[in-house]
Amino acid sequence: MAKKGEKIKEKLIEYFLFALSLASLVFLAGIVVTLFRESLPAFRDIGFFRMIAGRDWYPTYDPPDFGILPLIAGSFLVTLISILISVPLGLAGAVYISELAGKKEKAFLKPALELLSSIPSVVYGFWGMVFLAPFLQKHLELSTGYCALAAGIVLGIMSTPIIASLSEDALNYVPRAFKEASYALGANRWETVTRVIIPSAASGIITSVILGTGRAIGETMVVLMISGGSAILPQSFLEPVRPMTSAIAAEMGEAAFGTPHYHSLFAIALILFGITFVLNLAAEMIAKKFRLKLGASR
Amino acid sequence: MIKLDAKNRTNSADMGYTEIKDPLNKVGNFLPEKTKIKAGNLNFYYGKTHTLKDINLNIYEKKVTAIIGPSGCGKSTFIRLLNRMNDFVADSRAEGEILIDENNIFGKTADPVEIRKRVGMVFQKPNPFPKSIFDNIAYGLEINGAKDRFYIEEKVVNSLKKSALFEEIRHRLRDNALGLSGGQQQRLCIARCIAIEPEIILFDEPCASLDPISTAKIEELILELKKDYTIVIVTHNMQQALRVSDYTAFFLMGELIEYNTTKKIFENPSDRRTEDYITGRFG
Repeated sequence: MAKKGEKIKEKLIEYFLFALSLASLVFLAGIVVTLFRESLPAFRDIGFFRMIAGRDWYPTYDPPDFGILPLIAGSFLVTLISILISVPLGLAGAVYISELAGKKEKAFLKPALELLSSIPSVVYGFWGMVFLAPFLQKHLELSTGYCALAAGIVLGIMSTPIIASLSEDALNYVPRAFKEASYALGANRWETVTRVIIPSAASGIITSVILGTGRAIGETMVVLMISGGSAILPQSFLEPVRPMTSAIAAEMGEAAFGTPHYHSLFAIALILFGITFVLNLAAEMIAKKFRLKLGASR
Repeated sequence: MIKLDAKNRTNSADMGYTEIKDPLNKVGNFLPEKTKIKAGNLNFYYGKTHTLKDINLNIYEKKVTAIIGPSGCGKSTFIRLLNRMNDFVADSRAEGEILIDENNIFGKTADPVEIRKRVGMVFQKPNPFPKSIFDNIAYGLEINGAKDRFYIEEKVVNSLKKSALFEEIRHRLRDNALGLSGGQQQRLCIARCIAIEPEIILFDEPCASLDPISTAKIEELILELKKDYTIVIVTHNMQQALRVSDYTAFFLMGELIEYNTTKKIFENPSDRRTEDYITGRFG
């Protein structure tokens, strides 16, 4: 009888955990449904193409304009700048920690990286506001330091630890046998790292870059604080921009419930969600391929 | 029980060597042979463990030398010292000397990268790179300075032929090497190794993960390669040592117990422990 009781208990725990795991799915579905329901009126009334191709974002004018191209361009510009910074820095850091650093350096650098990625974004934003933006303004002689470049640099610094940490994991995952094979052929360390280890970890590295990009494109606080906030199609990376995230954060408070402005902000959120969803999906697919590829060698 | 059929074998070691009468002279002193590698008072420490103790051993040019012994006896450690692969083992230290053609590979001016170009290695588990079959071999050539595409192509094909793999995979040179069978992968690793023309090839239990047919192919290959290369092979498999080697060294707990012609070791070992091991009483 005791055995049967045990069994029931185990079943109950199983169902309980299953319900919990379902909960996250339910929340996700709820968010997606809300996004669609609230943004559909905007697409219906304004028109999908007029929205995403429209060059003017004046939601509070009369008559208002709901072209979100400047916002999309702003997001892409700051993300591009951040990738240009975070990818080389992150990869160099990953290769250094994984292949070159001694035991002691490794024991210090890896936790330091993880600490760097746990700093709240508002702290990064604050640093950008009081130090970086004035610095850029002074040395590049800009009318304002709050621009795409400033936001991109801070985002780049923010996503560097993610890329470095995940890439380092991928490099570590490369079987020791590959390295040994390379060294045994008379390869030096540089040849082994660049021609054997990095290509073997390529999929993992690409995944880390995609996730780092996703972080940059979805980041709100930093761009809200230092991107300058002007919703104009940028002509250069030294101009202020208003990325999608900061538009939502800045305007949601003032947009009256149910107005076209309100719905168009949801439409922006939906597009943002679509972008990050595709990025994550790509990362997942590449990671899966990576596991299969290395799986064949064991 | 192990069947000893060394009597019916003919190899160069059967002819013209001076058999050692003094069992304490374990170094080997077979006059007609030319010494290629000479280990002198070789010690190896892993942390505080003393894993190789005062090894003195001569390895002869264009001969196959087998290193046998139970797990943990230091045979793999020994062979990995010959191309300085143990440099990568953290917290380890080697003492003594290994001379290859009279040059100490632990000397101050010795460059491990150069040494590994002269001393190739085939590992226990086949370890082709996750690249195409062609690129697996081309990589070794390229890091050794080859640039000409035709030269590389010719070399790739030749080494695949030498390792008896070419006929099986001639239409699949651009396929990923990880798609080959284990035995084919190991022959690819041998091809990759001989493509860069080392003088010595180290085999670290090359058949440990292979089936009997693949094993036979590899052994055949080793006997073929003996014509051009000095070969050292670590093996768990006594019959394999008997089949492929001219000389055999028996290691036990970090010590070299006995070293002699393979024939002598298997027919009439001097040391009781050698006999116990080859007859399967332990290990």
